[in-house]
Amino acid sequence: MMDILLNAAPRWALLHAPVLLVMVPLFLAPVLALVPNGRIAWMVSIFATAASLFFALILLGQVQASPVGVVSYDIGNWPMPIGIVFRVDALNAMILLLVSAIGVLATVFSWPTVAAEINKQKHALFYSAFLVCFAGLCGVAITGDAFNLFVFLEISSISTYVLVALGAGRDRRALPAAFNYLIMGTIGASFYIIGVGFLYAATGTLNIADIASQLPSLAGNRSVEAGFAFIVIGLGLKAAMWPLHSWLPNAYSYSPSFVTMFLSATATKVALYALIRFLFTVFRPEFAFEQASFTFILMPLGLAAMISCSFQAVFQTDVRRTLAYSSVAQVGYMILGVSIGSIAGLSAGLFHLLNHAMIKGALFMAVAGVVLTYQGTTIRDFAGLGRSAPWTMTGFAIAALSLIGVPLTAGFQSKLQLGYALFEQGMWWAVVLVVFSSFLAVIYMGRILEAIFFQAPINPRKSRKEAPIFLLVPLWVLALANIYFGINTEFPLGLARDAAAAAFGLEAFR
Amino acid sequence: MLEFILDRANYWAIIGLMMIGLYISFASGNLIKRLVGVSIFQTSICLFYVTLGKVTGGTAPILFGPDIEGGHGGGHGAEETHAAVDAVLTAATSGERYADLANTYSNPLPHVLMLTAIVVGVATLSVGLALIVRIREAYGTIEGDEVRAIDMETAIAQEAEQEKAEREARA
Repeated sequence: MMDILLNAAPRWALLHAPVLLVMVPLFLAPVLALVPNGRIAWMVSIFATAASLFFALILLGQVQASPVGVVSYDIGNWPMPIGIVFRVDALNAMILLLVSAIGVLATVFSWPTVAAEINKQKHALFYSAFLVCFAGLCGVAITGDAFNLFVFLEISSISTYVLVALGAGRDRRALPAAFNYLIMGTIGASFYIIGVGFLYAATGTLNIADIASQLPSLAGNRSVEAGFAFIVIGLGLKAAMWPLHSWLPNAYSYSPSFVTMFLSATATKVALYALIRFLFTVFRPEFAFEQASFTFILMPLGLAAMISCSFQAVFQTDVRRTLAYSSVAQVGYMILGVSIGSIAGLSAGLFHLLNHAMIKGALFMAVAGVVLTYQGTTIRDFAGLGRSAPWTMTGFAIAALSLIGVPLTAGFQSKLQLGYALFEQGMWWAVVLVVFSSFLAVIYMGRILEAIFFQAPINPRKSRKEAPIFLLVPLWVLALANIYFGINTEFPLGLARDAAAAAFGLEAFR
Repeated sequence: MLEFILDRANYWAIIGLMMIGLYISFASGNLIKRLVGVSIFQTSICLFYVTLGKVTGGTAPILFGPDIEGGHGGGHGAEETHAAVDAVLTAATSGERYADLANTYSNPLPHVLMLTAIVVGVATLSVGLALIVRIREAYGTIEGDEVRAIDMETAIAQEAEQEKAEREARA
């Protein structure tokens, strides 16, 4: 399939795919701000995200076909250590594919919910902000320059604050949530940039590959170690690593449904990608201080996130809040996989990252459907919906089972891989904790499923009303993907394994 | 010891500013003051980068004097300047960290980076202030604690209302 795409694509697309991937949405965003009609803006957004998906597929094909497994693009034709370079290997290619694929599905699904939740005059502006956010996330995933990464991170974050605040039309609590997110997010980005400053002071370069090649000769350098600490904290804050996640539950529960869905599936994932890039490509696990931080910081934090946030999810009455806390817990699984420090562990973490994006995307799409037709998002509002909206709720149930990790779903496969990686290191006690956390997931998702399928509808206003077709199609695409990839893991697991090998700087292709 | 401290006076100032900014952004209840704290924090980062770029004895990074070969033409020899820039570029790309220059220059790169960071900071600040305006419209206050108290009251009221509706529906 990749061959057909590479042969069919025009030459300019093959040559300039890395930069076009980011530039198409970024340049269409200001144009959208001038469009008077929201529906046109929606269609342009679909076009922009679909173009990005097309370029992401080309890049994946090119990376797999390339003998070194790297595609790099010099911006403005400035040579590498001086100019900014876009550098794509198997790890970025996977993240780019994830972000752009979710972007297309999210945009297709967005119109009914945006039309219902956002003020009519702001539709075009809303899509404009969304495209800026999307371009920023793609930029973070593609750039090979540490400072450029900061700029793209802030481009995506600033537009995210705006998007979250637009939930104020439905619930004014979106405003303080967005403000809190702004303060925390800015501090996180600032920590990251301090860390980059330390690395720049030690190495004199900002290019990620160049920094990585110079660090081994600087072993034991204090400013490198300080830079490491700042970068891990800063990116950890953006990725909602426990206990730096306090911005996440509010931001996810009060923002517009579409924003919640898009952010939960992409934003924290991209920040986690940046963290992995620094942990494995720039700093190596061989460095003594990094090994120590894996064992004594990242692993305990990952385990704590899994357990404590799953407990918190059990006690929520709002479905979106439950899912938000569950997101933090799932980030814990990924951090746990990363902190094992082996290729198997990292590929399990990345595999779970892919699967979790599909799971949470589907869950939040279904919740968006409920918000659209019944307004409320408490568990009580969900009672009896299994009968009035069977298609929406079946999609929700499939994703929920996948989140729990029931066999034959994608969530099961990634937990299995995580278990293998842990057993390989002899950490059976961590496997016990993973299983325990999955039991907590049974409880918190089970409460919602029980209300949906086995309780009588309490609210008499609820009539038979399914979510609109634009919402159902992407929802079912993701739900079926959860089942398909739960049975046939070859494609995502291969992507994750290649990505993990690329993160370690190894050449690995099937 | 004293020398060690005095040598790094600029760093101490930066660390002090950073801590002040971070503390304000967490400890203050007033939303505008929190933004002020974040701004101070970001400004201290700019100072940090500028400090990194300073080279002892270096001047402003604009090529002059013997570095522009044959500068007799009154300094407007554009081609010669290009040649000098090319020399710097080749030195950097061929793996050498220093080009052959007669004068010492400060490193211009951190300043350029900070121009970008300042723009980012201004954008964040303006979005933050716009959010505060909206919070003031929606809540009538810009104190974080009061906003939280109002939210709590509404949540409790909503809960009570819902329970009442439920009981009526059952009855």
